Parts: sequence; C-alpha cells; structure tokens
Amino acid sequence: MNRKVAIVGLGYAGFGTTTPDLSYREMIFEAVTKCYEDAGGIPPQAIDSFVAASEDFMEGISIADEYVPDQLGAVLKPVQSITGDGLQALASAVMQIKTGQQSIVAASAFSKVSNLSHHDHLVSYATDPVYIRPFQENPYFIAGLEMNRFLFETGATREQCAEVVVKNRYNALKNPSAHYGAKLTLEDVTEAPPLSEPLGIYDMSGHLDGSIVFLLASEERARELTDKPVWIKGIGWATDTPNLDSRLEGLGGAVYARLAAQQAYRMAGISNPFNEIDFAEIDDTFSYKELQHLEALNICGPGEAGKLLELGCFGPDGDFPVNVSGGSLGAGYLHEANGMQRLMEVVLQLREEAGPRQLPHLETGLAFAWRGVPTATGAAAILSTRV
Amino acid sequence: MRKVAIVGAGMTKFVRRALETPKELSYQASKVALDSCGLTLDDVDCIAHGTAPDAFDGLHQNGEYMVDGCGGWNKPTMRVYVGGGTGIHAVVHGWHHVASGLFDTCLVVCEEKMSSALPHAQAFFLTIFDSITERSLEPNLLWIFALEMNRYMERYGYSKEDMALAAVKIKKNGLKHPASQFSEEVTVQDVLDSEMMAYPVSRLDVSPVSDGGAAVLLASERVARRLTDKPVWIEGVGWSLDTAYWATRDLYYPRYTDTAARMAYDMAGITEPDKEIHIAEPYDPFGYKALHHLEGLQLSPRGKTVELLRDGHFDIDGNLPICPSGGLLGVGNPIAAAGTMKVCELFWQLRGEADQRQVPGNPRRGVAQSWGDLMQVSSVVVTGI
Amino acid sequence: MQDKVKVAGGTGLSAEDISSGKIFLTEDSLDCAYAWDTGVAINRYLAELKKGRIIATQCKKCRRIMLPPRLFCELCFIPCSDWQYVRDTGIVNTFSICHVHWDASRIGKDEKPHLPAVIEIDGASPGMGIMHILGEIEPEQIKIGMKVKAVWKAEEERSGSITDIIHFKPL
Repeated sequence: MNRKVAIVGLGYAGFGTTTPDLSYREMIFEAVTKCYEDAGGIPPQAIDSFVAASEDFMEGISIADEYVPDQLGAVLKPVQSITGDGLQALASAVMQIKTGQQSIVAASAFSKVSNLSHHDHLVSYATDPVYIRPFQENPYFIAGLEMNRFLFETGATREQCAEVVVKNRYNALKNPSAHYGAKLTLEDVTEAPPLSEPLGIYDMSGHLDGSIVFLLASEERARELTDKPVWIKGIGWATDTPNLDSRLEGLGGAVYARLAAQQAYRMAGISNPFNEIDFAEIDDTFSYKELQHLEALNICGPGEAGKLLELGCFGPDGDFPVNVSGGSLGAGYLHEANGMQRLMEVVLQLREEAGPRQLPHLETGLAFAWRGVPTATGAAAILSTRV
Repeated sequence: MRKVAIVGAGMTKFVRRALETPKELSYQASKVALDSCGLTLDDVDCIAHGTAPDAFDGLHQNGEYMVDGCGGWNKPTMRVYVGGGTGIHAVVHGWHHVASGLFDTCLVVCEEKMSSALPHAQAFFLTIFDSITERSLEPNLLWIFALEMNRYMERYGYSKEDMALAAVKIKKNGLKHPASQFSEEVTVQDVLDSEMMAYPVSRLDVSPVSDGGAAVLLASERVARRLTDKPVWIEGVGWSLDTAYWATRDLYYPRYTDTAARMAYDMAGITEPDKEIHIAEPYDPFGYKALHHLEGLQLSPRGKTVELLRDGHFDIDGNLPICPSGGLLGVGNPIAAAGTMKVCELFWQLRGEADQRQVPGNPRRGVAQSWGDLMQVSSVVVTGI
Repeated sequence: MQDKVKVAGGTGLSAEDISSGKIFLTEDSLDCAYAWDTGVAINRYLAELKKGRIIATQCKKCRRIMLPPRLFCELCFIPCSDWQYVRDTGIVNTFSICHVHWDASRIGKDEKPHLPAVIEIDGASPGMGIMHILGEIEPEQIKIGMKVKAVWKAEEERSGSITDIIHFKPL
C-alpha cells in the first residue's frame, strides 16, 4: 500500500504536425518499442497491466479502447482506457502498483489530430449541448473569457502573456522534438490577429501528432529494470464543475490546478513548492494559462506570476525554470498526451538526457496538465531522482 | 493488500427513454447510494465514473460533462472506459483508488442515456469497427453477436431453443426487480417467434436499449467497519482485453473472460470457483452470452452449460443461481449502468436485502462480470461477506 | 431486512410526451470528418486489393501468416516485413443473416438480407479470418465450413478498399 513507484522506461515517436507515414497504431508501436528497450528490453509479457488515455471523438472511433492492446504487446492482458489526460492515466497506473496487485504497468497516450479535419468544431461538441452549443460560437471564446477575467483579477498584463509565448517558443529552439520553435518579439505576439480578444492567434498552441509511453514499476522491480529510476513522489488530479458560469473561483481562477497540486504536494510532503521543487513543466495551452497555473499551483502568490516572469524567474537561467522544453506553445499541443509531454521533459531533465537545454543540479520537478477548453480538469505529478 | 468494502448501493429505474439528463440520472443513483449508508458528498474522497460511447450523447469529452452529476465537483474524478465492460470495470477502478491507500472512500457512478441518439443508438456502433478495413462494409452491432452466437451454437450443437431458454429464465428473474423496464413474462416460443434480427439472433434474445444510472460506494476497512456491520468485501478483481483483430479469434470461447476470472479468483484465493461461488451475475446482453460467459468464468464446463441450464442448476433455487437481478435482459441495458447494477445486486443479495429476489441459503460469495469493446474485454469482481 | 430505498428516479417518457411537445428537445447533428493515416501495413493491403490480390504479413518468430497484414506481430512483438500473397478463397468460420441496416432500420421487403461472415482466408494461418459479406447464395444454403471465393469489382472500379471485393460466393 505504501509502495514507492518509479518511472523506469520512456519512449516517444511521431512528433510532427502531420505523420502520414504511420498509422496511429504503428506510431504507438514505435514509441512502445523504444520504451520497453529503455527499461532494459523488458518483454511485454513481463508487464502486468496497461493504461491508455484517449477520447473517442479525437480518434473517430467509438470505444477507442478496442484498439489499444495490440501495439502495446498487451493482448489478453489487463488493459483499460482513461478518457482524460495522460497524467490521469499515469495516476491510474500509480494506483494499480500501490494496490500491490500489479508491479509493472505501462501508461500511454497519443495524438493523431492531423487526421481530424475540423478540430475547433469538435471542441464545440464538448460544450453543454443545451445552453452553450446553440450559440454556435468558436469554442475558444471560452479562453478569451478566461483570459480577460484572469487579467482583470490579478493585474497581469497582455504583455506578460505575450512574454510567455516569446519565452516558450524560444526555449523550443533547443528541443529537437518541438515543432513551433521561433524567435519572436513581444510585438509579434500582441499585434498578431486576434482569435477571441484579448487572446491572439499566437497565444494558443498549435497541434501536434505524437505518441508517448511510460513504464512504471514498484521499487523492487524498478531497481532490477533500470539504474536511473525517476520516482513519482506525488500525484494528484481534480475537476471543477463543467458549467462555465458556476466555477468555484469563476473563470479567472484554476481551482482544478490548486486541488490537484495540493493532493500531489501532500503525497510528496512538499509545503513550499517554490523552494522544494527545482523546475516545472506547466500547461501553457494558452499563454495566460502558464501564469494562471503558476499561481494556482502555489509556486507564486496571486498576481505575482507575470511580474516574476518579467524578472526572468521562469527562464532557463532563472530561479524556477518553467517549460524549458518549449511547453505546448513551443513544442505543439498533443491533446490527450499533453500531460505526458510535460512529464516527458521532467523525466529527461532529471535523467540528464535533455541535451542542449539540460538544466544543472536537478532533484525534483513538477509536471502539470490541463484538459483544455472547455474543461476544468487538471493533473499534477511530482518527480524526483531521490526515492 | 488493503481491504476494500462496498458499503452502499443505489440505482435509478431503467427505462426506454428517461426524462432525466445523463447528469440527473447519475445524481439520482449517487444520491440513493449515499443515503443507503448515511453519507453525504462531503464524506466522499474521490469519484470513479463511467459511461459508454460519447457518441450516444453527442458529446466530446463526455466524462468532463458528467462530472457535476457524479458529485465529482472539486474532487479527484476519473472516468474509466472499456466499452460495454465499463459498468463493472468502474468498480475495479474504484477499488484501485481505495486499495492504493490514496483514498478512504470512492463513489463509483455509471450512467447511460441511449435514447438521445437518433435515429437509434445502434447507428453509433458502426463507428466501433475498424475505420479502414471494416466500416465500409456497413456492419452493425448485431453482426458480431450473431457471428459469435452462431459459432458457439455450431461448436456444441446448441439450438435456438437452448439459447432462448437462457433469455427466458433470466428475464423472469427481472420481473421482481423494482428497477426493471419490463412487466411481462415471455416463453421460449415467444423468443423463437419474435422478429428475426440477424440469424441466429431474434428480437427477444437481445436486451433492450435503456436509460439509467447505478452507483456503489467503496470504503477502506477502517471506514467500512464504522459505517456498517454488513460490509460486502471486494475479494478479487480481474480484467483482460483480447486482440482488436477479432475475426482472427475463435469466437466460441471467451478467453478474455477466462483470463480476467482467473486473475480475480487468484486474488480472492478461489481454487474451485464452481463450488466456492454462490451467486453469479455474468454479463447477459444476449441470452447466449450469459452461458458463454459462465464457461469463461469457470462456473460451467465447456459445452455442458445448456444441460445444466435445463436441469435448473442456474435457477434462483439451484446450485448456482445466475442473474438473480434479472440481468440486462430482465432489468434493462443502459450499458455502463447495467454492469454496475450487477454489483449492486451482489451487494443486496449478500446482505440478505434483495427482497423478493433473495437467493435462499444465505449466499456468502458472488461474482459479477461485464464484457465489451469488440467482444474482447471482461472485467470481473468477486465479492464476499 | 432493511426497508431502504434502493431505486429512485428514471422517469420514463412515452412517444406521446415528445410528439405532443410536452418535452423540449435540443437537436444537433454531429459533423466530424476524419482522414485516417492507413500506415505501412494497411496501405499496402489496400494497394494490393486495388490490384485484385490479398496480401498478408508473416511473423519471423511465430510463423503466423497474418490478415489483415501488420507492421508488427502483436504476440511476439517484433516488426514484420515478410509480405506474402494469400489466395482469394477461404472457409466460412461463422455467418449471420441480418435483417437490419447499420442504423437499425429494417431491411425492406424487396431487399435481400445482409450476409456477413468471418472468412478464414486460404494461405493465411488457420483461424486468420476477415469479416466480409457473402453473396450469390440463398441464405438457407450457407453452412459453417463451406468454401467460398472472392468476387472482385472490375479493375477500373477498384479504389483500394475492402469493398474492392464485392462479396464472397460459394466455390
């Protein structure tokens, strides 16, 4: 029950705006093969259970769970899907190991968003069918509402949001699996065409295809499988109401982030995240989200994120580097695999495998994911090199 | 391993078309389950919920939409999804939450509203088939059942009458269930005379399209003992998913049920399931499926199940009563909710609270199983007192 | 015996409740369009179907000749690159006679029922079946175990789809 859990394998494939050469099942197979090799070439027969994160409409398949087992090497094995973020699938895998029934569990998520012709249209189907959808608005109006309210409540500025874009897209230049690396100026972002004001087109992440797989193991098995385990010290997830008009802290806040982080911090024994965590990969699906999430995650106080950003605190050389990978803004948005993309960077950094963007002297990192518009669901994971 | 008990259960009435929205059905089932053990939402640490294809509701990220109906507002909430098997798998998933030590209580809620889908919920099953190699043949869900049923009958020389008898017996049990969608008894002849949908499947071989919700409350041992003197323990859980290449499997035997059941029995320390289990709720969307699953659950020898059925072995007063609830055939089949309904039934039966449906002889252990995806997944829960 | 409420809600509606306007409905029809990447294995499968041939892949380890072909063997979990043509004949593993369309509407009196079947293709490993349709046969004559052969569309009508085979007929 109090078993410790480590990440012992990581594999990824795809990472392109289109990936026409492979079917999604073949793309996942490539990632899975790399993951199992990374865990000392473990045969899939030795894995106890498998969890996938998926959404039917993203894949164009009802019951996407059907097509999960083959490419994971999981035929006639315990397999389940979580319709949620990849970090929630990871949480499910952690729980399974902690029950004692399973010792080695694989968790996977992928995006083949390029196969979908109108993603915006699909997002509108996630809004309430009776009293939101009939307005027939582009669903990103919700992000516009949130951003406006967030700026109003915290005193953060439009320019600070643009600074997030500039930082993350610049960071992405050093990440070979990032697709939206660029050297932009604040004006490039603020003067770009609006999407849903105050949100402009550069404030939103671009789509990305890709597949990510993690292998998790109990402490005993982790020591056998790898000499570089990354320990999952804490994990948490939470959901606010789906009703846009009755969220606990209104549209300006991110209660889901606060609650998910509280759960993860409690489990990891963290009371002062800014001091006890070395770096973070935090959902930046939209520019303002990085700032909003930093405050909700209690990494800084209300209204402080924008100012600290301007002081360089969240840059690669700052006191608390955020989204060194480029985040979603710089790397591309992987949909159900969004949280796993954040987690992947944390694992690569902690293993000192991040190449030119490697941060020095790391021990503990945070990954946080949000499920995107129109949801209020988030998940957080604390990882450490120390057991 | 940390002990986990079911301490409360509740459900809505199963109906062809409900006035309630999916959220309202979830709320109603959850509220009854909470009331049944005297808890409020404040006592619930986390939510494990389930609902089958998003297409029924026409909602992308349906799990997010459902959250407030499930009581998941500002709580850790996760939706697990294994197609038709979701109803019981959500209980397995709830068990993960509590047995992991992360939480002390977990509300498991499953809901299905199929009537919103037009022209018919069936139409949305076209999209469960392989998008490239199968969908262009315009298959419907009945095809795969009919293909499987035909293979099963051919393998053991079973007749349409044999399969109809299973449906008749199970439906009859359902007449006593207060949530049942039905009120009339049917005969084997009625089944045989009912409209031929897809040979060998006739209309009355099939469970109906339904709306409904069901919920159970899980608690750690410490909390369970405080709440009730009759906790129903989750003794074993198992689940297994077979290959998506369904046409390459021999459909006569559900090996996914076999592996899932063995996993659950192993955890429960059961070595002779046919002797150690007193009640079974095998998944029964079709009459033949109950028999097929009994074989996979190791509760009936392969090819001998019809003989046992005829002898009354599976009747309420038989050696191994099956589907005392009335199952999907007799209560209704709101997909995910129907599976959870089976776990509710075990809870009531083992506590001796099943009213007119009560299985005699103080049953002490039961198994519930659900099935789904492309005829390829089973989830199994073993409960005992 | 406790007397607690175990069932609540689930208010049934009748067709009249809706037709009479007592219940308000919000209608929407989903418009989702996808173009799925077929990938290495299925792309070749479809290309060969267009040429009037069925192709499989063989696993180097378990020696299974697999249909539909795959880039990797899901059991041995190794890549497959051995392509092998199989015949366009096979054996009916199981079948159905279906009287409803995919959307659950009933097949009209003048229409013939659909005849779906799992067909084990000759040349593939035993049990390797694909789902397809039977034709040129009266439903009551179909038997499990019977031999069948693919009936192909004319070459110029084939598009690289599983429907390039119109149906399988008795051999």
